[in-house]
Amino acid sequence: MTITAVTSGKGGVGKTFVSANLAAALARNGRRVLVLDADLGLANLDVMLNLFPKITLHDVFTGKHSLPEAIVSVSSGFWVLLAGSGMVEYSRMTLEIREQLQKVITEIEPRFDHVLLDTGAGISDVVLYTVSLARDVLVVVTPEPTSLTDAYATIKVLAQTQGRRRFDLVVNQTRKPGEGRAVRQQLQQVVDRYVNPGLDAPVRLELLGDVPSDSAVRESVQRRQLLQELMPGSPASVALSAVAGKLMDL
Amino acid sequence: MDPTPPKPTPKLQLERALQLLGHSGLPMPEGEPGSDGWLQGVVDALVELSSRDALTGLANRRAFDLALAREIDRVARSGEPALLLTLDIDHFKRVNDTWGHNAGDGVLRAVATALIDSVRPMDLVARVGGEEFAIILPNCAAAFGETVAERVRRRVERMPVPVAPGQQISCTVSIGGAFAPQWVRSTAALWVERADQQLYLAKAQGRNLVRLEPTAVSVVSNEERRLLFETFQFQDHE
Repeated sequence: MTITAVTSGKGGVGKTFVSANLAAALARNGRRVLVLDADLGLANLDVMLNLFPKITLHDVFTGKHSLPEAIVSVSSGFWVLLAGSGMVEYSRMTLEIREQLQKVITEIEPRFDHVLLDTGAGISDVVLYTVSLARDVLVVVTPEPTSLTDAYATIKVLAQTQGRRRFDLVVNQTRKPGEGRAVRQQLQQVVDRYVNPGLDAPVRLELLGDVPSDSAVRESVQRRQLLQELMPGSPASVALSAVAGKLMDL
Repeated sequence: MDPTPPKPTPKLQLERALQLLGHSGLPMPEGEPGSDGWLQGVVDALVELSSRDALTGLANRRAFDLALAREIDRVARSGEPALLLTLDIDHFKRVNDTWGHNAGDGVLRAVATALIDSVRPMDLVARVGGEEFAIILPNCAAAFGETVAERVRRRVERMPVPVAPGQQISCTVSIGGAFAPQWVRSTAALWVERADQQLYLAKAQGRNLVRLEPTAVSVVSNEERRLLFETFQFQDHE
């Protein structure tokens, strides 16, 4: 099983949107995929997928329900595990939550091919811990100064504290061809100059793809349907399918 | 046949409300007594009254709890930094024991004024307990936390408080502080707890001190930021 943490530094750059649509694309390719709402309480996964779950991760943590009961299947052919609003209490990473999350990961291990961790924004201890559970880190970034800065901060911290040496980038809401490449290059340049000199091995940023700015995205979000289902032929959807293809080869 | 129940008459404790308002020193509502506008004025004044501490005029515990819950929600979504300071007057019991309760009240009022004077108008200063105060500072960058808290501490330290004719004392406060977790949902109770932990440290380490929870160092220096934006052409979005 491959675990990929989807993270961004800044909030509101489309992290959950990318996670959910990648999951749909992977599922279409025959993968058994689970999206885990690792943003303990603040994620929009349930809103995006129009879900009203009765049982959530919170109930699993408190022992009210078993893990399989909390895993919800989505029409697009993948599964989700939602944190639930009760998780607000777990905004700080205690030993107990670490153990609980670790237990959940161990339990889902044999049941899925790919797990996407939809992490919270920022670089809090919760985010750092959930990312540490993943094999790969996918950073969603938009071509804006704040997103670029926060993505860089995330990459730097993860390189220094978790020894991460490869980061996969998805550049969302691009306005022209080649913008994703420019974003990657810019980030890599600063990483080379300020992060890599102190490390045993250099950090490499890989561009998985650009997701162009697309009116279909807004429409799918407003209709609370996945872009991959609603408008599979739209430019953003096609781009996400391509990203999913690369993700499977990693 | 069942007797028709008497039509309930609204029992407004208007007289009592007006007494409370008159006593509080708040301006009495304007307009024709009994008119809608006048009643609105009474309600507004009562709302104001119920969110203030009677002795110091600061926000009371109720208003503080409300403001704190709102602020932590805002920070979780916006990522803007916000600082919470909790303060405690050092050796307050000694003032009461030595100079009497009137002098104690004078100290509380003087500290309240010093706090108001040392923060921005947008900050919320509250009296949350006997000699305990709290300040919510929205949009306060991590780099300024220490400066602001120190300014508050010094302001109180330098302020003479008359306790008896011809007799002045100075008093001090211990201050604890913590920033709201940016981008993550947390609870107001947890935020207060973190600031209180620092306040406890300030007390334990000798009082008249500021202790702020260490924040994660800003991981992106200005140099890095400059290089990050150097050649990249940002498009105008929207």
